Amino acid sequence: MNPAPATLFLLVGAAIFAIGLAGVFRDAGALRRIIAVNVMGSGVFLFLVAVADRSGGRPDPVPHAMVLTGIVVAVCATAVALTLADAVRGRGDQDPDGGGR
Amino acid sequence: MTGDRLLVLVPIVPLLAAVAAFAVPRWSRRIALWSMALTATIVVWIADEILRVGDLTHPLAGWSAPLGIDLRVDGLAVVMLLAVAGVGLIVSFNAASSFHETGSRGVPERVYWPLWLFLFSALNAIFVAGDVFTLYVAFEINGLAAVSLVAIAGKPEALGAALRYLFVSLTGSLLYLMGVAVLYADTGVLDLMLLADRITPGPPAIAACVLMTGGLMMKAALFPLHFWLPPAHSSAPAPVSAVLSALVVKGGFVILLRLWFGPFAEIVDGPAVQWIGALGAAAVLWGSFQALFQDRLKLVVAYSTVAQLGYLFLIVPIAWSAETRSAALAGGITLLLSHATAKAAFFLAAGNVLTAIGNDRAESLCGLSRWLPVSAFAMGLAAVSLVGLPPSAGFVGKWMLIVAAMEQRQWWWVAVMLIGTVLAAAYVVRILGPAFLMPESDPQPGPVPRLMEWTAFSLAAASVVLGLAASGVARFVNGSLPSGVGP
Repeated sequence: MNPAPATLFLLVGAAIFAIGLAGVFRDAGALRRIIAVNVMGSGVFLFLVAVADRSGGRPDPVPHAMVLTGIVVAVCATAVALTLADAVRGRGDQDPDGGGR
Repeated sequence: MTGDRLLVLVPIVPLLAAVAAFAVPRWSRRIALWSMALTATIVVWIADEILRVGDLTHPLAGWSAPLGIDLRVDGLAVVMLLAVAGVGLIVSFNAASSFHETGSRGVPERVYWPLWLFLFSALNAIFVAGDVFTLYVAFEINGLAAVSLVAIAGKPEALGAALRYLFVSLTGSLLYLMGVAVLYADTGVLDLMLLADRITPGPPAIAACVLMTGGLMMKAALFPLHFWLPPAHSSAPAPVSAVLSALVVKGGFVILLRLWFGPFAEIVDGPAVQWIGALGAAAVLWGSFQALFQDRLKLVVAYSTVAQLGYLFLIVPIAWSAETRSAALAGGITLLLSHATAKAAFFLAAGNVLTAIGNDRAESLCGLSRWLPVSAFAMGLAAVSLVGLPPSAGFVGKWMLIVAAMEQRQWWWVAVMLIGTVLAAAYVVRILGPAFLMPESDPQPGPVPRLMEWTAFSLAAASVVLGLAASGVARFVNGSLPSGVGP
């Protein structure tokens, strides 16, 4: 059995997603959970890129657009999560105007 | 201007206002109130248009699906938009009055209003979105804004609750996004209407259904994924608690309804329908039971939200058969509106208690009706609707659901609703009973601005009066879920 590369990436993407999901539900520290959420996201993105390639020939641009949007969202969400985790640990900056807190 | 172009403005007006409020902090309050009022006007216009010409679809930039992105509003969506606009505007006045009269109380106003407007922009986007990926983006903006608003006062317990809420929200979004990816791989489209046509039951569609259902259930706080809701909703500032409980969790619920009755109808059909109802029933019983044992007013109200969300999921088994679909949907949405207004009123009134005496412990409420008569009365009226006493909207909605369930011979849901009603009466009387007694001691309450009291009261009054508007709700939502699936 020699699966086509795109199918392999689909499966790897789904596996990475599942690893991240398991990481979020394991009761670990905030930082580990933030990383786990990012691992989940990477799994989805890899899956989507593989979906774009599956038709053969020219890649489908729609999943690429979804991945780009998803990356922007993931960066923002990670920023909010890190700020919040920092504030919970009591080491957040004391600026009352700090965004997103 | 043709009606469908207005759909673009519904999320865009609050979005631009959010940026403007952030750029010009001095005017942020004014920008927020005016833009909320403008959005409400637009939504009323759209509702009128829908009554005259039916559902509205707007292809963004003239490119229609599948190449472009369609915005779509039907009767169900416009009822939700009206609820968001109405409750949102009244709660905004409460927040503005709170900032104006009692100072910021640790909440930085220049950050508050932009986040508030982002939240409303995303909520509106959820109800006008016509495709599953736009929904993902809207849910993410909505979740990030909601989490930030919970944490905004910087109190330790609020920060912890916000962080937990954030993880649930992000995990839910990513589960949903993975479902979207699987759906796209399977069908090649994202538009909800096209999906319903092209989807074929099979392993990919089932995987997508499970992923998207799981993700949205986390956002809609359906039992057993409700654990994050009580701490987050009870530790936020009062206006934030009000919109989170009244509106934000409903977004996930309405989209679940659309997916279950739309593209996933053939997959959900069968025992899964009864299981969804069973989760709703468990939420009703568990949430009400927990509410009985809470010692803080806001926690009682938050657990009551868990229970009330359970009723909404009872719509699914009762509305599954085409015969009772429109009646059960109309009843359920009436119940949703009654909860949206009553719960917002309850949280605002609880906020007034906090403003007056600095805590919301059960024993401090003794004699509340003496020193905060309007807020006490607002809580009483909201309780009437939450329990479901006639003529409130809570009663009418439950009644319509019960009649439809009897027609389907699904009497077990009737039993759940009746037990839930008794439990609701018990937790409401337990927490509010002492409020109408003579105070044992003088708590020396601080002043509460009149506008903060009357905003709570007007929402509570709306939750009772909406019962008379149930036929109007039925007129809007009739036909919003496709007919022709189910037994």
